[in-house]
Amino acid sequence: MSDIVEKTLTALPGLFLQNQSVSGPAAAKASFSSRLGGLVRGITALTSKHEEEKLIQQELNNLKATVSAPTTTLKMMKECMVRLIYCEMLGYDASFGYIHAIKLAQQGNLLEKRVGYLAVSLFLHESHELLLLLVNTVVKDLQSTNLVEVCMALTIVSQIFPREMIPAVLPLIEDKLQHSKEIIRRKAVLALYKFYLIAPNQVQHIHIKFRKALCDRDVGVMAASLHIYLRMIKENSSAYKDLTGSFVTILKQVVGGKLPVDFNYHSVPAPWLQIQLLRILGLLGKDDQRTSELMYDVLDESLRRAELNHNVTYAILFECVHTVYSVYPKSELLEKAAKCIGRFVLSPKINLKYLGLKALTYVIQQDPTLALQHQMTIIECLDHPDPIIKREVLGEYSYLLDKETPEEVITKLYKLLRSDSISSETKAWIIAAVTKLTPQAHSSNIVERLIQEFTTSLDTCLRQHAFELKHLHENVKFMKGLLPVDKSCEDMVVDASLSFLDGFVAEELSQGAAPYKPHHQRQEEKLSQGKVLSFEPYGLSFSSSGFSGRQSPAGISLGSDISGNSTETGLKETNSLKLEGIKKLWGKEGYLPKKESKTGDETEALPVPQENIIMENVDQIITKNDQSQALTQSKEEKEKQLLASSLFVGLGSESTISLLGKADTLSHKFRRKSKVKETKSGQTTTAENVTRSSFSSSSNVTYEEDYYLDNFQDRGDKEIKKFSLNSELLDSESLTELPLIEKISNCRLSTPSLFAVNNMEVFHPPQSTAASVANEISLASSLLEETTEHMHSDLMEVCHNETISVSSYKIWKDECLLMVWSVFNKSASELKSANLEIAPAENFKITEQPGCCLPVIEAESTRNFQYSVQMEKPFTEGNLSGFINYQVMDTHSVQLEFSVNLSLLDFIRPLKISTEDFGKLWLSFANDVKQNVKMSESQAALPSTLKALQQELRLHVVDIIGNEGLLACQLLPSIPCLLHFRVHGDMLALWFRSSCSTLPDYLLYQCQKSMDRSSGACPYPLLSSWPDQSIQSRVFSFCIPLLKMQETRIASDYILLEKHIYS
Amino acid sequence: MIQAILVFNNHGKPRLVRFYQRFPEEIQQQIIRETFHLVLKRDDNICNFLEGGSLIGGSDYKLIYRHYATLYFVFCVDSSESELGILDLIQVFVETLDKCFENVCELDLIFHMDKVHYILQEVVMGGMVLETNMNEIVAQIEAQNRLEKSEGGLSAAPARAVSAVKNINLPEMPRNINIGDLNIKVPNLSQFV
Repeated sequence: MSDIVEKTLTALPGLFLQNQSVSGPAAAKASFSSRLGGLVRGITALTSKHEEEKLIQQELNNLKATVSAPTTTLKMMKECMVRLIYCEMLGYDASFGYIHAIKLAQQGNLLEKRVGYLAVSLFLHESHELLLLLVNTVVKDLQSTNLVEVCMALTIVSQIFPREMIPAVLPLIEDKLQHSKEIIRRKAVLALYKFYLIAPNQVQHIHIKFRKALCDRDVGVMAASLHIYLRMIKENSSAYKDLTGSFVTILKQVVGGKLPVDFNYHSVPAPWLQIQLLRILGLLGKDDQRTSELMYDVLDESLRRAELNHNVTYAILFECVHTVYSVYPKSELLEKAAKCIGRFVLSPKINLKYLGLKALTYVIQQDPTLALQHQMTIIECLDHPDPIIKREVLGEYSYLLDKETPEEVITKLYKLLRSDSISSETKAWIIAAVTKLTPQAHSSNIVERLIQEFTTSLDTCLRQHAFELKHLHENVKFMKGLLPVDKSCEDMVVDASLSFLDGFVAEELSQGAAPYKPHHQRQEEKLSQGKVLSFEPYGLSFSSSGFSGRQSPAGISLGSDISGNSTETGLKETNSLKLEGIKKLWGKEGYLPKKESKTGDETEALPVPQENIIMENVDQIITKNDQSQALTQSKEEKEKQLLASSLFVGLGSESTISLLGKADTLSHKFRRKSKVKETKSGQTTTAENVTRSSFSSSSNVTYEEDYYLDNFQDRGDKEIKKFSLNSELLDSESLTELPLIEKISNCRLSTPSLFAVNNMEVFHPPQSTAASVANEISLASSLLEETTEHMHSDLMEVCHNETISVSSYKIWKDECLLMVWSVFNKSASELKSANLEIAPAENFKITEQPGCCLPVIEAESTRNFQYSVQMEKPFTEGNLSGFINYQVMDTHSVQLEFSVNLSLLDFIRPLKISTEDFGKLWLSFANDVKQNVKMSESQAALPSTLKALQQELRLHVVDIIGNEGLLACQLLPSIPCLLHFRVHGDMLALWFRSSCSTLPDYLLYQCQKSMDRSSGACPYPLLSSWPDQSIQSRVFSFCIPLLKMQETRIASDYILLEKHIYS
Repeated sequence: MIQAILVFNNHGKPRLVRFYQRFPEEIQQQIIRETFHLVLKRDDNICNFLEGGSLIGGSDYKLIYRHYATLYFVFCVDSSESELGILDLIQVFVETLDKCFENVCELDLIFHMDKVHYILQEVVMGGMVLETNMNEIVAQIEAQNRLEKSEGGLSAAPARAVSAVKNINLPEMPRNINIGDLNIKVPNLSQFV
């Protein structure tokens, strides 16, 4: 996607300006041969809407003169037409040109005709009188021997054609069904479909021809005919039951891969065709056991065959699930379909989650236990930032209601309301839901409690809703009339003009009340008054007094603004039936719900005793099952889980048991989440936690140890051998070198377009392969052991004076970065109360390792202080500063300050996963960054590239396939990042994906840096020699977006500028 | 059925507008604006579907959109279309544009508006999905492009010659040339045309 950023419109004005400044307006004109270019350029250079209007009016006047001039050729007319289309698109009236568009279609040669037809189809509509003038032309073109003319005529017919003139062309188009070219047949089918839509009785007699089209030897024609069948079957399924067999056969062939490969889309055979067929089958099999039985096999096969490798497979799967639930039920299939829904609901991809919830809403009516399975996800979705998702979730409660009494649901919603894990916005939604349910409830204890509690809420929005409910509740009869019991979710028509208030307004006006003025008018008037003569002691006081009603904390402020308020309540009352309406209405006028208010805290402090007991139970059992899991589950999540269980309790008899079972299966997911949360929010984490957040499996450990041992042996020759290649890479190199040469030639032939691999929303449910293998490594081992065991940096002196010298080095441990400061006492006397402290840094979480505070440092000895450092959020480089103080000879205390630089790479660890896992993870990540990097001659080979990446970035080589490589790493504690790269020619296409949005960018930068280093050709030579690293990182933080846009020139200019400023 | 296909940039400037259902001109503009505002306020990480605004469709209709760099591609469809299917159709359309324009960008859509429409016509015809096979679409477009070349070549030569002669501007040409006593009558060229 970022590939087209380079030529954005934002760059457009600059482009033109550049042209003008460089070579004058004449050159700029020459660069746009067409007049359209001139027009567009003119419009782009403008700043205001008004100027645009003027320019376009001028342009239209010119065009008007040109098109009506007798000297204008058809060729010129063609160009004028394109400009007219452009003006019409921007919303300007170009009706004077319509007749000329028709003329062009009538008289022009092929190209001119094409523009004429296009203009006609864009300008006119079906009942436009000018269209009649086109009928003869269409008839003529349909009879033409030129295929292109026939195609154009068919296209225009399917786009706009006057209904009463259909008989004139119908026989011609019917003939086209027998045409030798499949494209003509296909377009003819669609044109007939269009006729069927606008005048069904006119095409009644050709149904038999549709059947022929269905059996056409060309798949495209058959697919086109499915449009018609879907429509007709939707209207009357019983008339087409006999075709079930044919549809099943077609689908079987498609699913079985019998179609030509041309029809594959991302190696899925004709997905759109499959979708269409599944829809038709769903309609045919509805409530019809006999027909349904015909399709069970193929449905089963579809479910089975759908390998989840691409977005479009999910489209098929979704249709398939829908069909399975539409047709006469078969338990086996239902079970499989239910599993599929799980994949949707649990998907991290929001589109699929949305569809999953959509599927749940219709499935829940047949199979409530399925909802039980996904209760946690549903609750989590309530907190989703996407309002559409929320709507789906709350919509589900109305279905749940069928199984429970309204009181139960209200009770559950009330509990949900009291939880502080959901945002206030969601709470507002929930109160709205309660309001809907209240009239159906028989007892209202909870509603009253709720009203009591929330009318004093600090959140205005919640309070508003609570008051609304209160007033309605006081008048039950009225409420019942307002909120009908039939549970229909029909959208109510909102009387936006508030005409029902007209009488009231008239009465008030007759009694001398001031007429209503819009908000802005009132404000303007007040301001102008203020300018003329200010009687107020403080200039601005009046403006606040006007709105004090809104801001006053007391709930009774409702009545302060009579006319405004009455209209608002009126609107709101009707609107509360429509869930999405609420937010819309209150957003504008300042009632917009605030983000996550603190109101929940008080209620949280008094948990309901019953809940407490359950919580303990859950705790105990989970503890038994897996102690570590229980520990990492945050309290908030437990609460969510409880809520979920209590909310869905009515659904299953075995509620508690299933809850506990569920907690277990879902736990890995939470664990992963909680960790991310912890690192983000910066809560203090215990050492245990740090340990647990490691991703490395035991096999990984051994591998790494080998690696480190290698290093250790070669310590003497640091620069070269520190990152010596391990055996695995060497192996892979030798293995891949041969096929590489073969593959490169292949690759040239089939270089995919930028889009081909881009932006495909493919994913897999989070198996979190890495997370689940988290194992514990004891930190209790001594420093010395660790130093030898793990890779570490050189000892570097950070500060010194005559008595001590402090050096530091980094130990890149598997689960964290261990910073070691070793303090060497140079003096002959011992130092007392030595204390080393590290200043808290924004981006880091620092944990002191045991045995750090040393009361005494003996003479001429070294003591170590170690801190484990975790990165809170990704960044390129950061500073860690601190000081050491000690006392000499019991007298005065000395303090020394120091700082060390940490780079992102210090927190990157290899992520050892299998190719399969890589694939799964890859698909589950939403954030990606792509970049092509030019390599020097020496690098232009896969092995050397790999070497560079593996050594410098600590990436794990997952797999090498031809000229492509897969690498994986993780940012501690647990943010995985995957890299896919491909070598072609001297270009290296890098593609990062991660669950973290910023990590790919930073890694890309590091990657480029390392590539430049290893090639010795840094595109920013100045930077590499830059002394101050913080400036470097500043420059780069600015440059990264530029680099992404491949605006290297600007980036380097900027760097030059920076250098200038700072030197 | 697809009701409308709208492409606009990040500032809401329309780049391609194609309605398959009749709307008055001013309503079309309102729809574009409304759709733009609906889509604009959505983050990139929330789902690509949303319900149609008040102007287009209502709850039976869905807006399915994708955001590519500076452009939003929005398809307004009714319930007979598969959401994910349309999402991939947008991808197919954009990939096809990319193939036809070689690394497509917003400028291509502006300066070759007519061509973009022709490509779209091969993908969606009268609101129905006509072709989803990218190679097939590109083949059709290439066939049309060949036509363009041949039209500009030999086959168009006579027509061009005629129009060229027609366009020769001869008002200043003296009708009579007087050299002394000689009076030469200049024939009226346009008679020959």
